Amino acid sequence: MGRQVAIVGVGHSKFGTRHDVNMAELAWESIRQALDDAGVGQEDIEYFVVSNAGGWSSEPLPAVVIGEYAGLNPKGTVRVEAACASGSAALKLAHDIVASGQADIVLAVGIEKMNESPTPTVVEYIGRAGNFFWEFQNFGLTFPGYYALYATAYMHRYGATEEDLCRVAVKNHYYGARNPKAQFQREITVEACMGSRYVAWPLKLFDCSPITDGSAAVIVASEEIARKLTDTPVWIRAIGAASDTSNLSKRTDFTSLRAAVEAARMAYKKAGIDPENPVKHIDVAEVHDCFTIAEILAYEDLGFARRGEGVKLVREEQTYIGGLIPVNLSGGLKAKGHPIAATGVSMAAELARQLRQEVEKERQAPINKGVALAHNVGGTGHYAYVTILSLEKPSK
Amino acid sequence: MSKSQKEMMEEALKQLRVFVESIKKSTGLPIVPDQKSGAALWYDQREITNKYLVSVDRIRPFYDGLMDGKLMATKCKHCGQLYFPPQVDCPKCRKSDVEWVELSGEGELVTYTVINIKPASFAHYPDYTVGIARLKEGINVTAWVRGEPEKLRIGMRVKIEVVRRKPEGYLTYEIVPAE
Repeated sequence: MGRQVAIVGVGHSKFGTRHDVNMAELAWESIRQALDDAGVGQEDIEYFVVSNAGGWSSEPLPAVVIGEYAGLNPKGTVRVEAACASGSAALKLAHDIVASGQADIVLAVGIEKMNESPTPTVVEYIGRAGNFFWEFQNFGLTFPGYYALYATAYMHRYGATEEDLCRVAVKNHYYGARNPKAQFQREITVEACMGSRYVAWPLKLFDCSPITDGSAAVIVASEEIARKLTDTPVWIRAIGAASDTSNLSKRTDFTSLRAAVEAARMAYKKAGIDPENPVKHIDVAEVHDCFTIAEILAYEDLGFARRGEGVKLVREEQTYIGGLIPVNLSGGLKAKGHPIAATGVSMAAELARQLRQEVEKERQAPINKGVALAHNVGGTGHYAYVTILSLEKPSK
Repeated sequence: MSKSQKEMMEEALKQLRVFVESIKKSTGLPIVPDQKSGAALWYDQREITNKYLVSVDRIRPFYDGLMDGKLMATKCKHCGQLYFPPQVDCPKCRKSDVEWVELSGEGELVTYTVINIKPASFAHYPDYTVGIARLKEGINVTAWVRGEPEKLRIGMRVKIEVVRRKPEGYLTYEIVPAE
């Protein structure tokens, strides 16, 4: 399966409406931190992968714009796209390049500058991310709309309520309030969430992740280099990746994301995690809560809860610190923000810092097993990546 | 009824444009402060619009069907696989030998949502309901759902009707409650 690969440096910009910086400056914010954190220079980076969805932002070739500004020329580069899972795709490519022995040190940077366009234009771009011709052109689905189709079906089958969905938002805002990098650093109540207006019934404004500018960067290295650079390499133990149909109409069930189930199966198998009881192996998880319903689906698709019981984890507050498994201690996409192609890299950066026990005390998970999980979904379950990170080197 | 989303959107964009032009006149630069943060923003002096030309040549019978009020799908002559949206290549058989079949249009509602916040190019419509119907042939159809969303429920019987979409005036199809 190739060489072992470790994360040796991470960086994370402030997420939010970042009218104070342009795309290259925003990328540099996290790249600089990652270089400092790894203790390497640009000359040590052998290749860099840039994830960016774009469309709403002005630069069509973000990889070269960022490469020039960050002093990374003449290193090779590529821009990757897997919708909201682009960041995990960038990490996978960086990982695969090192694992296969083509390079020893690779940088993955995720960047999105969504606020360069007005909100209706951004809504348009994200709504087109599915099957443009058959499902957008005639029927004007939006991103909240796609997930609302899942929410309606899930609530109908399992008796979940809009209050239940709001409880996910309340938890993620609770931790977002403790994350200085988060877009929303204030707590909310179920009442405030229930009082927010509908965006795509049954989803309300407070069920939705915001439009966000942000960047995150991760430097990965081979075992030999990682050992020289740091005492706490964070090993990439497994990455599972899967896809599903572009047309939602081609799917048979709207209470689960098949691609996420498949990505989790692959990742658990490679990492030696019991798929029947994964939580016993994992200290902390970041899951793709682009909408509150998506976090509940994630619990079930990842096997944290049985089918129909993800909502119970929410009601019983089992995904706060001290519960069955703490989830989205960064605030998640919901409160930390969701700069589309930066999100996957942000998850990896956050979890590396969780495992190194470097995050703010109030949102630091107890690290006993030394294992963390990132669940990153692109589109409406169109792409899915599940990444397992670990303090212990994989036994192979 | 308050202003439509389209009117509000266009008004906001126009206000910004007028503001930029006045600033540009006095300073010679299209740089304006962000309303919230005060950060300096360059107002793009170029504009692009996208209107794509998408080939429907090989699925032309689907559109001929709409003209006759029918919803057509394709069926692989070799393996019998039914395709909707229609496609003329069967990836299973690696053959491109399909027949066009009319769908019954009868089925049940699998799920639905009401789009309240609309994309820019849909901002001229009032709130619309989008649903997925499972037809008795075993395939699903995504479309707008006619009628009051409060009266819909998952599992209810529905049918598909070919309609002319207003205000654009082109043929498409809709899910219609049949109970």
